[in-house]
Amino acid sequence: MKIVYNGEKDSRAFKDILGTQLQALAEEDPDVIYLDADLMSCIGTAKWAMDSNQGINCGIAEANMAGVAAGLSASGFKPYIHSFGPFASRRCYDQVYLSAGYAGNPITVIGSDPGVCAAFNGGTHMPFEDMALYRAMPGSTVLDIADCNQLISVLKQVKDMDGVKYIRVGRKNCAKIYADGEEVPIGKGVTLREGKDAVVFATGILLHEALQAAETLAKEGIEITVVDMFTVKPLDAACVLQYARETGAVVTAENHNKIGGLYSAVCEVLASGEPVPVEYVAVEDVFGEVGPQDYLQKQFGLTAEHIVEKVKAAVARKK
Amino acid sequence: MDDKTKKELEKLALQIRMGVVEEIKARGFGHIGGSLSICDALAVLYGREMKIDPKNPQWPERDKLVCSKGHAGPAIYSVLAVKGYFPYEEIKTLNQPGTNFPSHCDKKKTIGVDMTTGSLGQGTSLAAGMALGDRLKGRDSRVFVIVGDGESNEGQVWEAFLFAAAKKLSNYVVLLDNNKKQLDGYVKDVLDTGDLAAKMKAFGFDTQAVDGNDIEAMAQALERTRQGGEKPYAIVMDTVKGKGIPDVEQTMANHSMNIDAEQCDKWLADLQKAYAAFGE
Repeated sequence: MKIVYNGEKDSRAFKDILGTQLQALAEEDPDVIYLDADLMSCIGTAKWAMDSNQGINCGIAEANMAGVAAGLSASGFKPYIHSFGPFASRRCYDQVYLSAGYAGNPITVIGSDPGVCAAFNGGTHMPFEDMALYRAMPGSTVLDIADCNQLISVLKQVKDMDGVKYIRVGRKNCAKIYADGEEVPIGKGVTLREGKDAVVFATGILLHEALQAAETLAKEGIEITVVDMFTVKPLDAACVLQYARETGAVVTAENHNKIGGLYSAVCEVLASGEPVPVEYVAVEDVFGEVGPQDYLQKQFGLTAEHIVEKVKAAVARKK
Repeated sequence: MDDKTKKELEKLALQIRMGVVEEIKARGFGHIGGSLSICDALAVLYGREMKIDPKNPQWPERDKLVCSKGHAGPAIYSVLAVKGYFPYEEIKTLNQPGTNFPSHCDKKKTIGVDMTTGSLGQGTSLAAGMALGDRLKGRDSRVFVIVGDGESNEGQVWEAFLFAAAKKLSNYVVLLDNNKKQLDGYVKDVLDTGDLAAKMKAFGFDTQAVDGNDIEAMAQALERTRQGGEKPYAIVMDTVKGKGIPDVEQTMANHSMNIDAEQCDKWLADLQKAYAAFGE
C-alpha cells in the first residue's frame, strides 16, 4: 500500500468526500439510497440529494430515519444514513439495533464529527461512546476514519456488506496518509511505520498524532510501530497479537472514551492471547465540552505528546 | 361485498381466533388480548384485501403487512397457518425453545411474516420505508401496518406518520387498533391518546373510523384505501381487547394471560360451535 504521509493536511475535507462519493455511489448503483436528518448541507450532499429519488431528507427524526432505512433495505435498497455521531448512535440505537441489525436489514450509518471533532457544537454533540455502542451490536462493523482516500475506499466496500456498518468520520480536513486511488481493506490493520520498541494502534484523528509521536520518540532512540487500526470491529486480532509479541509493549490511541472502544477491543484480544503491558490514549470517563479542537485534544489528553508519554510508560513496564 | 364473501371472512376470523387459542393452549400463556382484537382485520386483509401468494411468500410485488404491535404475533401466525404458508400444526410450538414462532413477529424465523417487530413504534417507520421502497421500485404494492393504541404512546409512531404524509405515501395504510387498553390498564388512565382519528386527520392521513370487529365495515374501509392519491390512509379501528372470547373480554388484565388447557378447550369448543353454525 502506498503511504504518502508527510504530516501535511489533505486539501480535501471529509465533508467534500462524503458529498461527492455518496453521489458517485448513487449514480453507479440505482439501489444506493442516502437518508439524512436535516444535515445534508453539513456534509455537502444537499446540492444533489435534495432533488434526487436516491436522497431522502427525513427531517430531524433520527429514530424514524433508521427505521425507514431498514424498511428500504428490506425492499432491496442499500441505504446510507447520516447524522452527527451522537444522533447517529445514541439517539437511534434501538432502531438501528432491532429494525436493521436484529431484523436482518443491512444499512450503513455515518456518524460525523466524532469525539472532539464536534468542537464548537460542544458536549451535547460530542460522542465519546459511539464505538462502544456499535461494537456491542451483533454482526456490526465499526470504522474510525483517518484519511480521505480511506474514506473513499470504505464507502465503496460497505455498500454490499451484510449487517450494520458504522462509519465515524470528521467533516474537516485531516492529514493525508494514503495515496490517491488506494484501496484500504476493511478488517485489516495497516502498518504505517515499523519499530521494535513498542506498537501504537491508532484510529481516526489520533493516527496523525501517533505518527508525529513516532518522530519525536525516534529522536530519543525509541522506535515504534504505528498501525492504522481503523476497523475497530471486527478487529484484526492477528495483527494485534503479532506486534504485541514482536514489541512487547502496546499503546492504543483513539478519540473516544477509554471504555468500549479501541482500547477495550485490543485488551480483549491481548488478555487471552498475549498479555503484554498496554497503555491507552483515550478520553477518561467524562462528558465532552465546547472549544476549538486543538484545545479539546489537549484537554482530553489526545495529542502526540500524550502518546509519547504512554509509549514510554508501556516500554518501562516491559519485563 | 356479497353475503357469501362476508360469511367466508367471518369464518376465517373464527379460524384465526381458534389458532390463537391453540397456540396459547400449547404454551400455557401468551399475549391473547391484543391478538384477538385484530382477528377480524386480519381476516379481511388476508382473506380479501391483500395481494398475496402463500406459495411465493417473498414475491416482491405482493402487498405487505407489518404488525407493529409485534406482540400480536400469535394472531399473525394463525392467519398465515390457515392460509397455508406452513403446516398448521407448527404454530403450536409458540415460544417453545428453538421455535419459529416467537412472541413477537420475526421475519427471519416465520415464513410469511413481512417484517420483524417487537420494540413498539418501530414497525411504523419500517413500513414507511417499505412503502417508499415499493414506490421507488415501481411496484404496485401496498404496505399495511397494524399499530396499537397503547403503542401510540411511542414518539416514533408520530415521526413515522409525519414522514408518510410528507412523502405522500398513499400505499401506506395504518390500521390503528383502538382496543382502549394497554398493559397497565386503560389507555385513558395510563397515557391518554385522546381522539386518534382527529390526530390522524391532522397528521394528513385520509382517515376513517370504523368498528374494527365488524367484517363488513372493515372490508368497506379497506376498499377505500385502494384509490391511491396523495395521502396515506388510516383506519382507526374501534375494537375490543380479547374480542370473540367473552371470558377474555371481561378480564381486565388481558394483555398477557396464563391459561390452562381445560379453559382453552372450552373456548375452542365455543368457537367451533360458532364456526359450525355457518354451515358449509
